[in-house]
Amino acid sequence: MRGSPLNIQDSELDRFRFRLAVAAFGVALCFVVLMGRFFFLQVVQHEYYTTRAEDNRISLAPIIPNRGVIVDRNGVVLARNYSAFTLEITPSKVADLDSTIEGLGQVIEVLPKDRRRFRKQLEESKSFESLPIRTRLSDEEVARFAANRYRFPGVEVKARLFRQYPQGAVASHALGYIGRITSRDLEVIERNDQSANYKGTDHMGKSGLEQNYEFELHGETGYEQVEIDSGGRAIRALSRTAPVSGNNLTLTLDVKLQEITEKAFGDRRGALVAIDPSNGGILALVSTPTYDPNLFVDGIRTDDWDLLNNSPDKPMLNRALNGAYPPGSTFKPFMALAALELGKRSASQTISDPGFFNFGGHEFRDDKKGGHGLVDMYKSIVHSCDTYYYLLANDMGIDNIARFMGSLGFGSRTGIDIEGESEGVLPSPEWKKRRFKRHEQQKWYAGETISIGIGQGYNAYTPIQLAQAVATLANDGVMYRPHLVHYITDSRSGEKTYIEAQPLRDLKLKPQNVETIKRAMVGVNTEGTGARAFAGAGYSSAGKTGTAQVFSLKGEEYKEGKLKKDLRDHALFVAFAPADTPKIALAVLVENGGFGAQAAAPIARMVFDYYLLGKLPAGPAPEVEAAEEE
Amino acid sequence: MFHRLRLRIAEHVDGPLLLIAGGLMLAGLATVYSATYDTNNRALGQLFNLLVGVCVMWGVAQLPPQKLMRFAVPLYLLGVVLLLCVFLFGVKVNGAKRWLSLGFTRIQPSEILKIAMPLMLAWYFHKYESALKFRHFVVAGLLLAVPFALIAKQPDLGTAILVGAAGFYVIFLAGLPWKVLLAMIVAGASAAPFVWTMLHDYQRKRILTLIDPTTDPLGSGYHIIQSTIAIGSGGALGKGWLGGTQTHLEFIPERHTDFIFAVFSEERGLLGNIVLLALYTLLIVRGTMIAANAPTLFSRLMASSIALSFFTYVFVNMGMVSGILPVVGVPLPFMSYGGTALVMLFLALGVLMSIQTHRMLVKK
Repeated sequence: MRGSPLNIQDSELDRFRFRLAVAAFGVALCFVVLMGRFFFLQVVQHEYYTTRAEDNRISLAPIIPNRGVIVDRNGVVLARNYSAFTLEITPSKVADLDSTIEGLGQVIEVLPKDRRRFRKQLEESKSFESLPIRTRLSDEEVARFAANRYRFPGVEVKARLFRQYPQGAVASHALGYIGRITSRDLEVIERNDQSANYKGTDHMGKSGLEQNYEFELHGETGYEQVEIDSGGRAIRALSRTAPVSGNNLTLTLDVKLQEITEKAFGDRRGALVAIDPSNGGILALVSTPTYDPNLFVDGIRTDDWDLLNNSPDKPMLNRALNGAYPPGSTFKPFMALAALELGKRSASQTISDPGFFNFGGHEFRDDKKGGHGLVDMYKSIVHSCDTYYYLLANDMGIDNIARFMGSLGFGSRTGIDIEGESEGVLPSPEWKKRRFKRHEQQKWYAGETISIGIGQGYNAYTPIQLAQAVATLANDGVMYRPHLVHYITDSRSGEKTYIEAQPLRDLKLKPQNVETIKRAMVGVNTEGTGARAFAGAGYSSAGKTGTAQVFSLKGEEYKEGKLKKDLRDHALFVAFAPADTPKIALAVLVENGGFGAQAAAPIARMVFDYYLLGKLPAGPAPEVEAAEEE
Repeated sequence: MFHRLRLRIAEHVDGPLLLIAGGLMLAGLATVYSATYDTNNRALGQLFNLLVGVCVMWGVAQLPPQKLMRFAVPLYLLGVVLLLCVFLFGVKVNGAKRWLSLGFTRIQPSEILKIAMPLMLAWYFHKYESALKFRHFVVAGLLLAVPFALIAKQPDLGTAILVGAAGFYVIFLAGLPWKVLLAMIVAGASAAPFVWTMLHDYQRKRILTLIDPTTDPLGSGYHIIQSTIAIGSGGALGKGWLGGTQTHLEFIPERHTDFIFAVFSEERGLLGNIVLLALYTLLIVRGTMIAANAPTLFSRLMASSIALSFFTYVFVNMGMVSGILPVVGVPLPFMSYGGTALVMLFLALGVLMSIQTHRMLVKK
C-alpha cells in the first residue's frame, strides 16, 4: 500500500538527496585526485620541474671571439677583422622563403647572385641556422629594414665580424681563406675536442694558414647567460663570460717581397719558394695565378667560383706545395754533391763528352750537339753537361741516388705549416713496386736510372722540396723545416711562441764538398747558364738553371715554336745569395716557360735585388736570351 | 529609506554564495593582472566583465523559479535553432564553426545551451513529475543528445562536455534507473573504440599527447608540458605574485583564459591550490545545499545541475592544465578572462540565488 501524498513526496525527496550525495561523493573523489596530482607535481617532482623551468628560462648565448690577426715579418697586416651588418634569414622560422626574399628585395637591394649564394648555402646547412641573404649593409639599408622589420618574421639584421685580407690576392696561397663551417669541418672540430668552443662560430679556416692555425686563431668563445622568453628572444643578461680573442700570427713572410715576386711572374703560371736558409723561415711562397681570398669570406658567389674553378690556369692550385715537377738540371748540383759524399767522383775527375751516352743500345743525348769535350765537375754544373750525369747516375746506381736525395728531403713532405702538401716522387725500385700493380711494370730497369741523373724520368718534386734542398745546401747541410709562421702571440699574456728553434737534421756534409758545389753554382751565375740573368748584380750569387720536359721527345730535337704552349718545357731555377753568407735561397718554376735561364732566372734576380738591395723592379721579369742551351 | 533600499537589494542575494564567488573573483582578478600586465593588461576589462556579471546575477535572482520555468522551452528551442544555423551558415574561425555572424557582432549559440539545457530538462521532469515513465528518460536523452551532437560537431568538445554534463546531472538526479545507468556505462566502454574513429584528428592527437606529451613537445604537447612545468616549479608556496617565470616569459599559452590556473599555481603554489580548491568546494557545497532544500522538483534539479556544473568546469579545467585530462576549451569559473562565458556563470549563480531566496515564498 502506498502512503499519503506527503509521504510519497518525502520518499521522492529522500531518493533525490541520496542521488545528490552519490554525486557529491563523486565530486569529492575527483577533487582528491586533483589534490594528489598537485601534490605530486609541486612537492614530489618540484625539483625536477624547477630545473625544467630554469632550462626554459635561461639560454647560454655564445659570444664569438675575435679571430687572430695575421701580419707579415714587418708587421704589415695580411688578415684582420671588421664588423659589418648582414641581413640574415632563419629558414626554419620562415613560412614561405620565396615570398620573403621577394619582399626583402623591395626594401633592400638583393641581387640575383645574392640569391644564388643563399640557395647554395641553404643546401649545405641546417634550416635552423641563420644564413645571410645580403652582407655589408649600409646604415641606410639597416634603417630601411628596421622600419619594415615587422613584415619579415625570421629575418634579422646581425652585426658580424668579417675576415678581411687587405692585401687582396697577394699571398693568398699562403694565407688561405675562411669559409662557412660544413659538416666535414664539424668532424674536424669534434676530433679536436673543440665542439663546445665552436658554438656560435660559423666560419673557420678552409685552406692555407687560416686552416692550419685554425685553433690558434679562433680564440675562446665567451658566454652570456640570458633570460629568454618562449619565442627565444633575449629579455636580459644574467651573467657574462668574456670571449678571449684568437692568438695573432707573425709570419716569416715578407709581403712586399711576395708582391714583387708575384708581379715578376706576370701572367705566367708557376711557383716560387724563397727560404731563409739559416732557419727555414719562408720569405715568399708564390703560386701564380693567385686568387682573392676576400671572395670566400661571406660565401663565394657561384659565378666567382665557376670562374676560379674552371680556369685552365687553375688559380686555386697551390703549385708550390701541390705541383710535382721533374727538377731537370737543377737536380745536377745535388747529384754532384752525392757523388762527392759517396766517393763516386772527385771534383777534378773528368769525362769525355761526345754529345751522347750509349746504354744498352739506347742513345741518351746531350743538349749540346757534339758534346762539351772534357768535362770535370765544375764544368758539368756551370754548362749543365748531361752526359756527365748520365754516366754518374749509372755509376752510382738508383739505390744510392734515392738514399742521398731522400736525405735532402726529396720525395717526402717538408712539413711546412700548411696542410695538404704533396709528396712528389723520389724514384727507386721500392717506389716502383708500390706504384705499379702489374709485375712487369714493377721491375726497375737499369736504363731508367740514367735519365734520373739529369732530373728527368720518374723524378717529380714540389717547388718547396726543391727550395728546401737548396736552402740546406746553402746552409752547409743543416736542414730546417720550411715554415711560414715566425711566432704566435698569445692574446692574453702577449707571450710569443716561436715556431722553429731547432734544425730538423744535420746531413754532416764534408765542408770541402759543399764548397765545391757552391763554387760551381757561383760559376753558373758568372760564366754559365745563369750569367745573362745575373749580369751586373751587386752581390755574389749561386744558382742552377733547369728545364723540365713536359713532352717526351723521341729522338727529335726540341723546337720551342713547334710545340703547343702547354707542351713547352717547364723553366726552373734554384739559387741562393749572397754566395758566401746566404740570406735567401729559392726555387723558381715557370710552367711551360721554356728554358730555365730564359724564364726562371730573371725572376730570381728580381727577388734577390729587392731582398738584398731593396731594388724595386719596373715590371714583370723580362725573358733573357739563354747564353747557351742547358 | 536607505535601509529599505538595502533590504530590497539584498533580498534575493544569497550571502554565502556571494562571499565565495567574491573570493574567487578577487583571486581571478589578481591572476589575470599577473598574466597580462606586462603585455596587454586585461585586469580592468575583467573587472568590467565581473560587474556586468554581478548585475546579470542580481537581475536573474529577482525572478522566482516559476518565472524561470517559462523560459525553458523557448530558450531551448532558440538555442537549438541557432545551433542548426551555425551548422548551416556558421563562421569558421581557426578550423571550428562555432560562431554565428549577425552582421554587427558574432554570437556563440552553444553558450545559451549551458543554461538552456538543464533548464529544459528540469522543466520537462517537473512537468511529468507525478508519472515519470521510462519513455520520459528516453525523450530527455534525445533532448540532450541533439544539441550535444551539434556542439560536438562544430567541433567544440569543451562546451559539449559542459552542456552534456549539465543535462546528464538532471537526468541522473531525476531518477534515471541504476540499471540503465550501468547499461550506459557498459555500452559506452564498448563503444569507445568506435567513438575513437569518429573523433577529429586534433582531438585524437590531444588524447594521445596526454598519454605521452613528449611525443609532440612543440606541437600539441607543448601546452601540457609548459603548464605542468609551471605548476611543478611553483612548489609548495609558489614563486609569488608576478614572480612566475613560466608566465612572464610567455611559456604558458592562453595564460589569461583557459590556462590561467597554471599561472595561479606557479605563483601561489600548493597552498594556493588548496585554498582555491576549498573555495570551489564551498561553492559546490552551498549549491547542493540549496538544491537539497529546494521546494520543487524543478528547482532541486536546476540547482543541483548548476552546482555540479561548477564541479565539471573546475575538474575538467584543472585536470587539463595539470596534465591528467585532454586539452579541451573549458574556462576556470570566475577566474578565466572572458565575457560571455563569465556572464553565463553569473546567470547560473543568479538562478541558484533565486531558488534559495524564493523558497520561503513558495512554502508560504
